[in-house]
Amino acid sequence: MTTLAPASSAAVAAKNNRQVDTRPLLWPSVIVLFLWMIVPLAMTLYFSVIRYNLLNPALTGFAGLENYTFLLDDPTLWTSLWNTLVLVGSVLVITVVLGTLFAVLYNQEFPGRNVARLLVIAPFFVMPTVSALVWKNMMMHPVYGLIASLQSMVGLQPTDWFTDYPMFSVIVIVAWQWVPFAFLILLTAIQSLDSEQKEAARIDGAGPFAMFFYITLPHLSRAISVVIMIETIFLLTIFAEIYVTTSGGPGTATTNLAWLIYSVGLLQFDVGYASAGGIIAVILANIVAFFLVRTVSRNLQQG
Amino acid sequence: MSAHGSTPQKTPRWIPILAWVIAILVFFPIFWMALTSFKTETEAISTPPSLFFTPTMENYNDVFDRSNYARFVWNSIAVSFGSTLLALAFAIPAAYAMAFFPTKRTPSTLLWMLSTKMMPPVGVLIPMYLLFKTLGLLDTVTGLLIIYTLINLPIVVWMLYTYFKDVPGEILEAGRVDGATPMQELFLLLLPLAVPGIASTGLLSVILSWNEAFWSLNLTSSQGAPLTAFIASFSSPQGLFWAKLSAASLMAIAPILVVGWMSQRQLVSGLTFGAVK
Repeated sequence: MTTLAPASSAAVAAKNNRQVDTRPLLWPSVIVLFLWMIVPLAMTLYFSVIRYNLLNPALTGFAGLENYTFLLDDPTLWTSLWNTLVLVGSVLVITVVLGTLFAVLYNQEFPGRNVARLLVIAPFFVMPTVSALVWKNMMMHPVYGLIASLQSMVGLQPTDWFTDYPMFSVIVIVAWQWVPFAFLILLTAIQSLDSEQKEAARIDGAGPFAMFFYITLPHLSRAISVVIMIETIFLLTIFAEIYVTTSGGPGTATTNLAWLIYSVGLLQFDVGYASAGGIIAVILANIVAFFLVRTVSRNLQQG
Repeated sequence: MSAHGSTPQKTPRWIPILAWVIAILVFFPIFWMALTSFKTETEAISTPPSLFFTPTMENYNDVFDRSNYARFVWNSIAVSFGSTLLALAFAIPAAYAMAFFPTKRTPSTLLWMLSTKMMPPVGVLIPMYLLFKTLGLLDTVTGLLIIYTLINLPIVVWMLYTYFKDVPGEILEAGRVDGATPMQELFLLLLPLAVPGIASTGLLSVILSWNEAFWSLNLTSSQGAPLTAFIASFSSPQGLFWAKLSAASLMAIAPILVVGWMSQRQLVSGLTFGAVK
């Protein structure tokens, strides 16, 4: 499903002086992964060009590109693509900016640093349905939520987050889960920064800002690009958080591509139409995957 | 635990304060949930929120008594450990073959395996649902276990490959001279050496499966549902069972939180496919 960057064979330098048949070792994994890659995707592709609605068995036959033209004419598709873009984009910006700042902050010496780091990383290990429900109920509920309580305490009108700012609320939840991920990766990367290099810059009179922009940030650039690509792959199909909070609403305010496909396919049972949406998701993900595979492959060759 | 202790450079006083304030704010929702789990349902939704209350274990008892909680816990354990063991069984020989008998195709095989990970699950949701329906795998532990094995296999192969590469070749060489077959080499020489690597790979796979919430929500409902799907059933608008939700949630996340905290380092290299170490 992905076009691979041609891997250089020089990287391997295969000095294999023994003749060993590795096929029985390697092929089980290759075969199951190949089936996993090909069979469902081929089915999606097939369903996307036929008329197939579970609620209406009379509707059959080859549809050609009908499902795709319907889909592309449907304003919901464009809304959902826009929502996907807003969700992915906002979360990426928030997580990369906060993740970088946190990495710098928690790389400083201070009492109890290790415990503080654990607290910041924690949300990443919380299952998505739990995170979403804790935020939806205990934090953001318009009557009983903690934020509403704080607002009424200072005499403000409590906000109904999921009705008035649905997308913002979903972004908050997803960002809360993924900032720790960015932080964890970038903290690991920042620790490999050469202290001598920092020392030299300091002696040359570099202030903290110059240090950050000329030493730290360039050092983190590759880790940041890895964070962006991995997060994008996961964020493109955010589902559980929407499932337990807004169900794509109000209206279509939080319908992303994943939710659209789910609701058309498994709530309205229009298999053909949903499959066409699935193919669009696959194409989008592949564009990102192409760049990720290229970065990782460069890394593999460096050894 | 200082990373660079070369100069006794003074940290400005606001740094510890800021760092601790942020850490507490980020962790706060989890702390609040833990606190709520020991309140009564009435206290849980009282406004202003009650900070001082007599802790009760009532919710924990209720969760076990009323909701088949044990079954969901068991399903979570079965799918995450089952899929991890299965993935390891497939991946260990494959990683061994690629790490010790590399061919020209090895790098592209690895990258291709990685690329299967990038298939958006929603792109194949519909056929998988219909396939599972036809095969009678909907709402079963077996079905979910198969999916999780396939999802995690590329990461597991990748991580094991990285670990195996670090095993000193001389040890295997010595075995080879003594006439060990490749299979003996794998089971008698390599595996005992690679136990830490295999363990941390397994942990990552368990964590990812335990928290997976796309396939579990779409393919299971009650019999085969793991904790992620069970917790989601609390989202129904009727009734505010926040204290019970909190108790069920805390038990669901606590083990993974501890495991995650212990294996941060390995997680980083696993999650970034070795691009960040």
